[in-house]
Amino acid sequence: MHHETPTLYGVLAEFGSADELVEACKRVKAAGYEKVEAYSPLPLPEVGHALGHTTKLSSLIFCGGMTGALTGFGMQTWISVIDYPLNVGGRPFFSWPSFIVITFEMTVLFSALTAVIGMIALNGLPQPYHPLFNSAAFERASRNRFFLCIEAADPRFDLAEAKKVLASTQPLLVEEVPH
Amino acid sequence: MMALNNDSLRARIDGVQKLALGVGVVGAIGAGAGWSMDPTEFFRSYLLAFLFWMAFPLGCLGLTLVHTLTGGKWGISVRRVHHAGMRTLPLTALFFIVVGIGLHQLYEWSHLDVVAADPILTHKSLYLNAKGFYIRAVLYFALWIGYAYVLSARHDHYERTRDERYARTTRNLAGVGTLLFVLSVTFAVTDWAMSLEPHWFSTIYGVMFVVGQGLSTMAFTIVMCAWLAKSAPYSAIMQTKRYHDLGKLMFAFTLLWGYVTLSQFLIIWSANLPEETPWYMHRGYTSWRAILVFLLTCHFALPFLILLSRKVKQNPALVSKIALFILMMRFVDMSWLIVPAFHTEGFHFHWLYLATPAAMGGLWVAYFMHQLKGRLASAPADTYLERSLELAPSHGH
Repeated sequence: MHHETPTLYGVLAEFGSADELVEACKRVKAAGYEKVEAYSPLPLPEVGHALGHTTKLSSLIFCGGMTGALTGFGMQTWISVIDYPLNVGGRPFFSWPSFIVITFEMTVLFSALTAVIGMIALNGLPQPYHPLFNSAAFERASRNRFFLCIEAADPRFDLAEAKKVLASTQPLLVEEVPH
Repeated sequence: MMALNNDSLRARIDGVQKLALGVGVVGAIGAGAGWSMDPTEFFRSYLLAFLFWMAFPLGCLGLTLVHTLTGGKWGISVRRVHHAGMRTLPLTALFFIVVGIGLHQLYEWSHLDVVAADPILTHKSLYLNAKGFYIRAVLYFALWIGYAYVLSARHDHYERTRDERYARTTRNLAGVGTLLFVLSVTFAVTDWAMSLEPHWFSTIYGVMFVVGQGLSTMAFTIVMCAWLAKSAPYSAIMQTKRYHDLGKLMFAFTLLWGYVTLSQFLIIWSANLPEETPWYMHRGYTSWRAILVFLLTCHFALPFLILLSRKVKQNPALVSKIALFILMMRFVDMSWLIVPAFHTEGFHFHWLYLATPAAMGGLWVAYFMHQLKGRLASAPADTYLERSLELAPSHGH
């Protein structure tokens, strides 16, 4: 057995309310930090705005939906026109109105699957281990506390400086979190 | 508590009311001249105008019924507009009188000799007859006006008293009302619009109108709210979130319009029965086809693609421009539904098709503005509205 000095993951601050977290996000962002992440027991769109988070998910879903539409329409066209043409009530083989329902359903299916899978993938899930689990206080992130972490990977990171910025936001607690 | 009334808002509403009244009066003179020149085309244009403009008070009633059942902040912020809208139903009932006068000009089934010579119409005459038409119209309007005034009075009463049991009764009333609303609108448009081609029938026709009314009303609501938001207190009420909510609903109704419009077509196209296809033969296989293609592009595809974007829905200037565009498309859609019944041979335009709707629209908007002023002035302390203003996310205590 040998002990290593654990490397620092980041500095974590704990807040009692969503408003304080949003306020702290704005401050930390204003101080120039880039690698910052907030943790909350409930969805807070304001935090995303405050941290300047953007997501590619909506564009991905659009592409997924379009793929579904083309797949649905293309599949039916190929089956009815090329692979197995059937005379149904004397209609033309390429009877596109009858393809619309399946095309619509495929669009919805592909969009929904892209949304769910894309959300999980872009969030980096599943993730059985996260350095923040080393913090005892962090357990309450899924109950009633709000957290903000400045990660050590930030190019501007300086331990004393980061602690000072977080302390200035009047948190309940500031602590160092090891890897 | 917050006052909903203020002088600059009132002055702006007065301005629009006068302008609308002017358009209404001038338009009515023009339409009156049209009546004496060409009564047949006048009544056709009048029915078109009536069916287009009745969408707004009825849509306001329908959305108020649904919102009473479901709740939601979007509806609280726009309730004054919806209440004012549904309280214009008595004017819509007055407008209907002229449709009643034009019965013989408009509806083939109202001529006894035609009915006698046509076995199908003879069988349908148990329902499709002049007396039944008038009696049913009275019942529809009694139901709608009754619900509109009872609901708006009950909401006011609740805001004053905060009596939760009273609110529950209101919700139960709205539950029954939603059912009656969809049924009565289905019967009404069967009488007023579908019976223009009395041999033809479609069971989704009423739903198509209900959804169209919902879309018209959402678009109208967005235009109104963006306009009201230029003054207090709506400048505070209409936050980005509210535009986003209303934009999402308008988007949903756009999608639903496409859905029901296609549903009717698909069923008739699949069955391909001679008693059902003529309706589409007139509207899709004559020069009316151009309007159909235009509608699919501009009533559905274009707003659908634009409204997908969150940024658009959250931008008041942009989303209200799209809403205005959708309102114009609603009129084109109504024209495509109604006018081919009279001009089965192909595209037809008459100046009255614009003049009469403009006249009726002027009068309706003027009365709507009158009602809106009343709603804003009589608004009791509105804690509902204050709740809709809450910015902060729920606190984790």
